[in-house]
Amino acid sequence: MSLLAKRRADKRALVVGLTLFVFAALVWRDAAAQTLSATYGIGPAAMPYVVAGALAALGLGHIVVAFRDGLPVPEHADGIAIGWIAFGLVALLLCIAFGAGFILATTILFAVTSRAFGRRALLVDATIGFGLGVAIHLLFSKLLTLSLPAGPLEHLF
Amino acid sequence: MDSFVSLGQGFLVALEPSKLLFAAVGVLLGTAVGVLPGIGPALTVALLLPVTFKLDPTGSLIMFAGIYYGGMYGGSTTAILINAPGESASVATAIEGNKMAKAGRGGPALATSAIGSFVAGTIATIGLAFLAPWLVELAVNFGPWDYFALMVLAFVTVSATFGDSPLRGLTSLTIGLMLGLVGIDKLTGQARMAFGVPEFFDGIEVTTLAVGLFAVGEALYVASRFKSNPEEIVPIKGSLWMTREDWRRSWKPWLRGAAFGFPIGALPAGGAEVPTFLSYVTEKKLSKHPEEFGHGAIEGVAGPEAANNASAAGTLVPLLTLGLPTSATAAIMLAGFQQYGLNPGPLLFTENPALVWGLVASLFIANAMLLVLNLPLVGLWVRLLAIPQPWLYAGILVFAAMGTVAAKPSVVEVGMLFVFGFLGLLMRRWDYPVAPMVVGLILGPMAEAQLRRAMQMTLGDPMVFLENPGSATLLSLSAMALLAPFVMKGLSRFRAAED
Repeated sequence: MSLLAKRRADKRALVVGLTLFVFAALVWRDAAAQTLSATYGIGPAAMPYVVAGALAALGLGHIVVAFRDGLPVPEHADGIAIGWIAFGLVALLLCIAFGAGFILATTILFAVTSRAFGRRALLVDATIGFGLGVAIHLLFSKLLTLSLPAGPLEHLF
Repeated sequence: MDSFVSLGQGFLVALEPSKLLFAAVGVLLGTAVGVLPGIGPALTVALLLPVTFKLDPTGSLIMFAGIYYGGMYGGSTTAILINAPGESASVATAIEGNKMAKAGRGGPALATSAIGSFVAGTIATIGLAFLAPWLVELAVNFGPWDYFALMVLAFVTVSATFGDSPLRGLTSLTIGLMLGLVGIDKLTGQARMAFGVPEFFDGIEVTTLAVGLFAVGEALYVASRFKSNPEEIVPIKGSLWMTREDWRRSWKPWLRGAAFGFPIGALPAGGAEVPTFLSYVTEKKLSKHPEEFGHGAIEGVAGPEAANNASAAGTLVPLLTLGLPTSATAAIMLAGFQQYGLNPGPLLFTENPALVWGLVASLFIANAMLLVLNLPLVGLWVRLLAIPQPWLYAGILVFAAMGTVAAKPSVVEVGMLFVFGFLGLLMRRWDYPVAPMVVGLILGPMAEAQLRRAMQMTLGDPMVFLENPGSATLLSLSAMALLAPFVMKGLSRFRAAED
């Protein structure tokens, strides 16, 4: 490593360090807002203060590391693949939020994840996901008598 | 000799043909559900609890024993084959076991975990039957300061040992401790770190964090580098069975794992996390092939798996004798007992000895059945890896989603799964270890409870931790373990400068 490169701070370590400072501040503020305390011994705010202190200390450690070695450099990531899976997880979230049911969520999540791993046969994958969703739904509702989030599709079974 | 007679009577109950059938069904069901990614023994037992509703108490508890052991075996199978440990106790197994599977040695990894579980489970169940009264007496003499010190030691060993950098390990642990703060404070009833969200009042589910970090995080990480370096699934080469060399390297870790697992599991604050990680660390230190650790060392599977099973049997000591659950699985088992109006505790031993000893005897039987049923099925579990990777990871995500919404069907829970998944991705990319975070979330609240109990008993005098020989020893060990990596690093840097 050249001297010039050494002098430039590692951005990722700085980001982690600052994030840890933010966490420490959040925990500290929350602990300070505790109104009740224990009659004997230590109250509910003691442990948060310790955690906040530790977070701040680790944040400082990251700042130091940023100006020294930095964090290990990660390899190139395929943002599109991550995006597809993120899309699938958001679809799951929306299906739960708006009552579209578990089977539909499973179908989308399965198809989209397969797409993230480079498969192009969306229809085939969606069919498999649908079958998986139906099987899990039947296993839970009929065999285990447990309920998963239900939507219009689930009411057909 | 009393235990011996009682255990004999227990076997008379457990060896009835109908009870044997219950045990077999339990083992198979437990394995089938436990093998699903993201589903550990706790969730397996919870999911299969309704199945046992219709049986009589003795029969259902015997089936329970089968489900418990089957779920644990299934959980380690998933941990080994697709690196999705459903519970923190198989995290240590996943570290080496998954590397072994990736190197085409999935068969021996599964075999050493099955046989090790059997060996350790049998030893631990013998311990449960014969040493329970003595061990409970010992555990009762433990003060809260001792528990606190023990947990601090676990924190330090876990975060300073895993990963290359103590700074990143401790960061992971501390974020876990922060997540552990979320929820209602049990002593004063105040909400901490909940920010007014009702779903946060119960705290953060350990399973959500584990499934998010491990299953979702891993799927994202593999997807992110799938195109640039596609991970070829190495076909299982050679025998599925263990070689003579594997046996030679496995038997000592099994026994040491049992020796860690049972006593710590039997302590009223034990659980399976501490002994599995202690076993992992010990095997790493004692191994003649330390360079293999991190690349698939069989000792790193044999030891933690044995410790896991031994501590599961150990957990039953406080559960049965004190009515005190020390793990998520034990808590669900307690719910199962209460479903029949049975309250585990000293009274249960005198009131219903046939049931207690029948359960203990069926633990032996379930253990043996697991070996007989699952070893021949090793080939079937290994075949899981032949599933095309897109479908495998799509399936993992579906099961992760299923596990999360089955436990708590809320938007907040799925949102947390999403956030923890991306956190897992970032931590994998930037080389932060994920296991300490899960350990921090589980043990953090327990450590805080012990700390506050200790301070209550001494009216706020912190010197108790140093005045007590047990806690003083454990705390100084922690301090040494914490400082050692930094000192060593300084030394090696000094040496490097000399060159």
